[in-house]
Amino acid sequence: MSGLNLNNVTKQFGTFTAVNDVSLSVPDGTFVCLLGPSGCGKTTLMRMIAGLDLPTHGSINLAGHDITEVPTHKRELGMVFQSLALFPHLTVGENIAYSLRIRGVGKEEQKKRVDELLAMIHLPGFADRSVSKLSGGQRQRVAIARALAISPKLFLLDEPLSALDAKLREAMQVELRQLQQRLGITTIVVTHDQREAMTMADTVVVMNGGEIRQAAPPVEIYRRPADSFVADFIGQTNLIPFSVDGAGRATVLGEAVEGLSVSQGAKGMLSVRPEDVQLTAPGHGAITGTVSFVRDLGGAIETFVEAGGQQIVAVSSPRNRPEVTVGQSVGIRLDPETSVVLAK
Amino acid sequence: MRREPPQRLGDYGPLFFPAGMLTVFFVVPFATMIAVSFFQREQGGFYQPAFVLDNYARFLSLFFGRVLGFSLMLAIAVAIACVVIGIPFTYLLSRSKRKIQILWLVALLSILSLSEVMIGFAWSTLFSRTAGLTNLFVWLGLMTQPQALTPSFGAVMTAMTYQAFPYTVLVLYPALVRLDPTLTEAARTLGASPVKAFFTVVVPALRNTILATLIMVFIFALGSYLLPQLLGRPQHWTLSVLITDQAIYQSNMPFAAAMAVFLVLVTLALVGLALYAGRQKEAA
Ligand SMILES: Nc1ncnc2c1ncn2[C@@H]1O[C@H](COP(=O)(O)OP(=O)(O)OP(=O)(O)O)[C@@H](O)[C@H]1O
Ligand SMILES: [Mg+2]
Repeated sequence: MSGLNLNNVTKQFGTFTAVNDVSLSVPDGTFVCLLGPSGCGKTTLMRMIAGLDLPTHGSINLAGHDITEVPTHKRELGMVFQSLALFPHLTVGENIAYSLRIRGVGKEEQKKRVDELLAMIHLPGFADRSVSKLSGGQRQRVAIARALAISPKLFLLDEPLSALDAKLREAMQVELRQLQQRLGITTIVVTHDQREAMTMADTVVVMNGGEIRQAAPPVEIYRRPADSFVADFIGQTNLIPFSVDGAGRATVLGEAVEGLSVSQGAKGMLSVRPEDVQLTAPGHGAITGTVSFVRDLGGAIETFVEAGGQQIVAVSSPRNRPEVTVGQSVGIRLDPETSVVLAK
Repeated sequence: MRREPPQRLGDYGPLFFPAGMLTVFFVVPFATMIAVSFFQREQGGFYQPAFVLDNYARFLSLFFGRVLGFSLMLAIAVAIACVVIGIPFTYLLSRSKRKIQILWLVALLSILSLSEVMIGFAWSTLFSRTAGLTNLFVWLGLMTQPQALTPSFGAVMTAMTYQAFPYTVLVLYPALVRLDPTLTEAARTLGASPVKAFFTVVVPALRNTILATLIMVFIFALGSYLLPQLLGRPQHWTLSVLITDQAIYQSNMPFAAAMAVFLVLVTLALVGLALYAGRQKEAA
């Protein structure tokens, strides 16, 4: 079995379970984002992969070997910490060469590799600078170069971009993704920014309460969320209750909706993205509601509709500006293609 | 906060008090001592204002040279012993549970409340033949017969290290607590074993603190004059012992002052050298 495999990994701190029975398979060369709210166990999971914490139960395999008990320094990995943890007593070049020096690589070869990596991170000639005199983005790149110096089997980053301002962060996301694709290195990034995850990942792993809720490609996570937590956490969504009667007809907010793939007698939630909500004239089988608020954001118009005690948000582009005013009665049409039936 | 340099005399106001204290309690006594070191000694423990170099000339003998050399060597050895034991100890302490940290710090602070005399007598008992540690070793079967470990150089070193150790820990502790723990974790992910990470990251990152600690313990140990007398042979006596002896028992103030001035100058020179070396290393 190649790649990284987590098998029923659990981590307990005393009686508190930070990571609960997590299994995950990461094929070689993929880019995985661990995404979830604060305190959901992302860092803990990453620290176990790095060997900085031992799992309470379960095992971790890398390239077919059980590495659960292998100490960190023998795992041949590269990790970027949230605080970056650049060594303050070493220059940029010495920081990058640290892992080579530890392995007894010759001075000449160290210098060659450092120059290569500095070129890769677009900081040529920075080898003799002091790390304390770099800007945030430059320090970021140095930390990445340091982690990649030995061409590790696994590249781990814990919220690597959270200290950067929004603009630089977007640029670094793209850069990081391009770098990973060029090197073909298996990469796991922790983040709690869903845009960041969607930008970079092959696979997004959504976690909550120490458990994996869904692991899938970004578009699938967005289009086919597995449960209401994922639907709500990734982007904006409308969660609308539905019920199915004995004859298999689905009813949403008092109106029958055709074409939903639901079983008889079921009850649950529909997740409908705001851009998939169509506003029409009331009647003709559409759900009827009242416009309660309109927000024009320039690039998009958000219309808030009250229907059956539920607030539903519709987003339209300025080209399709809905001709509605607050207090007006409107119809809402749900497309069965884009309405996702959630178990809970 | 205002950052510009003081403009008027009044801006220096806050400095008057410490400057005054420093003048009264350091500059004046030290100047007096320098003056006395040039005075002429008279029979019966008196001295006359004069300007003679006899006191310094007498000092420049093989005997006093050896004592000075031994004093410096002892102080350096104590400083190194304290730092070598103190860094790993404080490092582990700073990484342990809060409760354990407080317990150790309180214990170390209580050593500070012991006077040099008490420490000296406690160790001389522990190193004695009749009631000492060797009896414990005999009981454990590690030795066949109890023996006296004092007077000896080892006994002097042990007691002085014991005495200076709390200061060492108290100076190192804040720096080690502030040291980002992810630095060692980063070193481990980069392939360094925990021990290697300690020596390649923790120790170099704390270079300035370590240098400051070495200097502090060195100066502290240089002033010790009771422990060498209680636990050492006459050849283990430091210059401080001789100064006390000259000043109090031989009533030769000018000579004692000359030795003290010389000791201060040598100490300052060594500290300056250490700081200079530290600066050079940093610039390199
Ligand atoms: N050493 C520890 N001892 C006890 N509890 C811990 C320890 N480390 C983490 N936890 C707890 O485990 C849970 C998960 O923590 P973790 O740091 O993995 O969260 P996270 O998903 O990385 O959050 P964030 O996005 O805020 O970084 C938290 O509730 C935290 O309080
Ligand atoms: Mg975290």
